Parts: sequence; C-alpha cells; structure tokens
Amino acid sequence: MRGKKRLVNFIIGIVGFVIAIIFFFPIFWMFLTSFKTEVGAFSIPPEIFFKPVLTAYEAVFSRGDVLRYFINTIISSFGSTLIALIIGIPAAYSLAFLRPKGRNFTLVWIISTKMMPAVGVLIPIYIIYNQLGLIDNIWGLTAVYAMMNLPIVIWLLFDTFSNVPFEILEAAKIDGANTYKVITDVLLPIAKNGIWSAGLLSAILAWNEGFWSVNLTNVNAATLGVFISSFKAGEGLYWAKMSAISTLAVIPVIIIGWIVQTQIVRGLTFGALKE
Amino acid sequence: MSNAGVESNLTAEQILSKNSFQKRPLKSTPYLLLLPAIIYLFIWMIIPLSMTIYYSFQKYNILLPYIHGFNGVTNYYQVLTSADFQASVINTLVLVGSSLLITIVFGILIALIYNTNFWGKNFARTLFITPFFTMPIVNGLLWRNMILNPTYGLSAWFEKMIGITPISWLSSFPLLSIIIIVSWEWLPFSVLIFLTALQSVPETVIEAAKIDGATKIKEFFYIILPNIFQTIYVVIMLETMFFISIFAEIFVTTSGGPGLASTNLPYYIYLQGFFAWNVGKASAAAIITVILANIIVLFFANFLSKKLRFGGD
Repeated sequence: MRGKKRLVNFIIGIVGFVIAIIFFFPIFWMFLTSFKTEVGAFSIPPEIFFKPVLTAYEAVFSRGDVLRYFINTIISSFGSTLIALIIGIPAAYSLAFLRPKGRNFTLVWIISTKMMPAVGVLIPIYIIYNQLGLIDNIWGLTAVYAMMNLPIVIWLLFDTFSNVPFEILEAAKIDGANTYKVITDVLLPIAKNGIWSAGLLSAILAWNEGFWSVNLTNVNAATLGVFISSFKAGEGLYWAKMSAISTLAVIPVIIIGWIVQTQIVRGLTFGALKE
Repeated sequence: MSNAGVESNLTAEQILSKNSFQKRPLKSTPYLLLLPAIIYLFIWMIIPLSMTIYYSFQKYNILLPYIHGFNGVTNYYQVLTSADFQASVINTLVLVGSSLLITIVFGILIALIYNTNFWGKNFARTLFITPFFTMPIVNGLLWRNMILNPTYGLSAWFEKMIGITPISWLSSFPLLSIIIIVSWEWLPFSVLIFLTALQSVPETVIEAAKIDGATKIKEFFYIILPNIFQTIYVVIMLETMFFISIFAEIFVTTSGGPGLASTNLPYYIYLQGFFAWNVGKASAAAIITVILANIIVLFFANFLSKKLRFGGD
C-alpha cells in the first residue's frame, strides 16, 4: 500500500515536471536565443548546442536609446506606484479605521472602476493628453498607470490595515500623536509587509503593461515594452536582439515573481483569497 | 465644491496636525483622507468615461473636422449593425470563453498535481508559473517569432519532423493561437489560486472519505470540487475582467488579422479610433464593451454573493 502510493506520487511528480518544462520552455528558448548570432537564431534545425556569444547584447546596448527605454520603464512603474501609495495609504487608513459614511459603497465603487475595460476611457484620455501635450510624455503615462493601480492598492492596503488592531493606534493617539504621525510612525511600520506587496504588485503591473504604453507613447516616453513591440515588423530578422532586450526586460520581474509568487497572485484577487 | 476639495487637499497636513486625536476628531478627517483618491479616480476615470458616453452620441471624426454635432443613437446603430463589430463581439466571447474553460479545467488538474507530495515540487511549480510574470508584449512576440513562425519556428521544425506540412498558425488559426498564448500566460494564475483553495480543504474530511473507501475520483467530485466551487467563480470573475481587455498579445502577433479573424473588442476600438479616426463610433463601441464586461462580471459576482449567502460554509 505504502509502496504503491509512493509509485503513484513518483509518476505524478514526473507529470508535474514535464508540465513545468513545457511551460517554462518558450522563455528558456528566448534566453538561449539571446546568446546566439542573428544567423544562428533562426537556423533550422534549431541550434541547441552552440557557442554562446554576446553580440546581441552588445548590439542592444550600442543603441543610444535603449537606456532611455529602461529609464522610462523604471520611472513609470515606480513613479506610478509611489503616487498610488501616497494617495492610497490615507484613503485605506480612513476606510479601515475611521469608518466614513458610505464606506462600503466607496469600497465597491473603487473596485468597480476595475471592471471597466481600459478602452472605455482610452479615447478621451488620448484627446485630452493630445491637447495638453502629454502624448509621448513619461509623466502622462505615469499618471495613467497610477490610475490603473490605485484601486488595487487601496483594496490591498485596506485588507492589510483591517488586520491591524485599532488599540495600537488608539494608544498612540492618547500619547498625543496626530493622524499624520499615527500613520507614518505607528501604522506604516506595522503594516510594512502588506504595503510592500501592494507596491510590488503595482510596480510589476505597470512594468509589464502593454495597452496604455502602446497607445500613449511613441519615441520619447516609450517603455521597454513599446520598444520590444517594434520588433514585430522584422520577420525573422532580429531574433537574437529581440531576445536579448526581452530577456533583460523580463528577468527582474521573473526573479521577484519566483520569490513572492503567492503574494502577487493573492494581490490580483484584490485580497479575496486568504491563506 | 471641487474647488474646496482641492484647497483642503493642499493644506491636508495642516488640517491633520490640528486634528489631534486628543481633541475630538474633526468629523471631516475621514473624508479629507479619502478625497485625494476619489478626486484622482474622478479625473482619470469618471470624467473620461463621461466623455466617452458624450462622444458616443456625437458626429465626431478627426479626419472630417467640419462635421460635428449631435448624432442621436446613429453611432450605436452603425456599430451594432456592422459585420465587423459583430465579428469582434464573437471573437471576444470565444477568446474569453475558451481561455476561461482551459484555465479552469486544466488549472484544477495541474493544481491537483502540484498539491501532491513529490520530490522537487516547489521547483517544478516555480518554473511552471514563469509565463505569468513575463510581459504580454514579450510573450506574444516570442510565440509569434521563435515558436509559431511557419518557416523558422520551433513548431514548423517539429511539424516537419513528424512528417506534416508546417502549419502557419497565426494566419490559419489566428484566434486559436491567441487562445493558446493567453492560456499559457494565465494558467499559472488559476493554478496558484486553486492550489491555495486545495490547501484549505480540510484534511480530516479527506481522511474520513478514504476510510469509507472512496475512490480518488469520488473524492474529487464529492469532496474537493464542492470545496473549491466558490474559488472557481472568483477565478471566472477575475479572469473575465482581464481577458476582456486583452490587447498586447493581439497587437504584437496577428494585429487582429487576417482580416478581422482575431480582432476582439479592444482591438476593434483601437482600429476605429486610431486608424479610422472615428471617435463617435469608437466611443459607442467602447461603451458597449464596458456594458458587456459589467454584465458578465456582475452575473458572476451576483451568483457568487448568492452562493456565499445561502451556500453555507
């Protein structure tokens, strides 16, 4: 009986590894391709054993503009996260502890804005941005990303804050701390982990975003995603370069994702999923 | 009103410092803390959404600047009766429906596999979830070029090896290709959610069933499935929200083609807005999309809340 169970688990384990390898393979293949020459990248039969070269990475970095795409991606993802946290923390604090009238309605309203597909507001935002000169402007994109992430950030922070015992904050109040001090000196250190995971999720969503960036930016404010999408034009031409820049663009998120996998997914369920 | 809001916003810190908890808290504090968030969502969401509604009733084409004015429901009529729009609605429903079906059925099966104890299971699971963290633009391009390219792609090489003519996936089966890419990206999401749900199935119940001699299949249908039923609805709701807005994967692979074979609603609106420059029509289509998304999501949310209220646990 025990031996049979072991065998069954062993077979399930093999299936589990086969599935994992199939799912990981395309990304692994891209990683390999980034170390090939442009000719080797699309040779048939595919090169499995080859002498790795860095020519694709050198070619990518020799372009003056690639650094700008990196900086734009960093500004828009971290900037929007910062805005979402600065606006979201007081809001979540209020919703969690001060019980404003219409609290439930406000919470539902905030999450319902996420039910609206982004195309619902694309055209007006494009027209307004066009008039204000914010098309292809990194701060314009950052502001949109902040809007995109604010509802998720508020919900996750609300969820985190709701688990903080009010008595601790109450004690600080009695000691004479004002709301600002209560938030910065008492609440934030206690809720540090929750704030980190909300911020991380927001930064990752903005980093990987491929709708607003494609529609609102062009050259100056282009993110890595927009730059990489320009490779769709050359059929079979620059696979090694495309793989090199893509590898650089996805590696930070993959590593973070591997470390905090469940938190990220839980975040995307707006905290609905508990452990 | 909004003027006062902005002003109090600027002096929020001042107000907060005055509002020491020792005194009786000012009644306005909760609202002042909420105000910036609400104003932000108003400016970037509610106002643009209202403008979309407004444009959807206007004659407004950027290429024809002299023709404008109230257009009644003409935009809606034109959109709803156009074959292109109907095709994109069907494509959207097929894309959302099939991706949901795949990510849920296989999501549960794969979650059951990773919920079993085997050597290196955390490592296997970690590799498995990787596609979820890579950006959709990269995912789309990598499938389009290195995998599905009919001449140099791995699929072509594999198809030749097993003796069939290489299939040009993106032009022969564009929507299916997109569904495959989307499912590959999103299966990790549903698997991780189902894994959490499976771990919350009480161990004692499963043990009891085993003692009663329940087979694995019975155990699945009578114990595990009922326990993760609510999770299935949560996954449907969340994934619908994400799947209805799919854009990047289509943008970098098929560009909605050939013809309109893989054009979904967001892509249709993008084409109407930025290629035909017909703001009125694009806005009408956008409003219909918003309504459709809300109907689907609310249907499941409603079902879920009913289940939560009457379904016990």
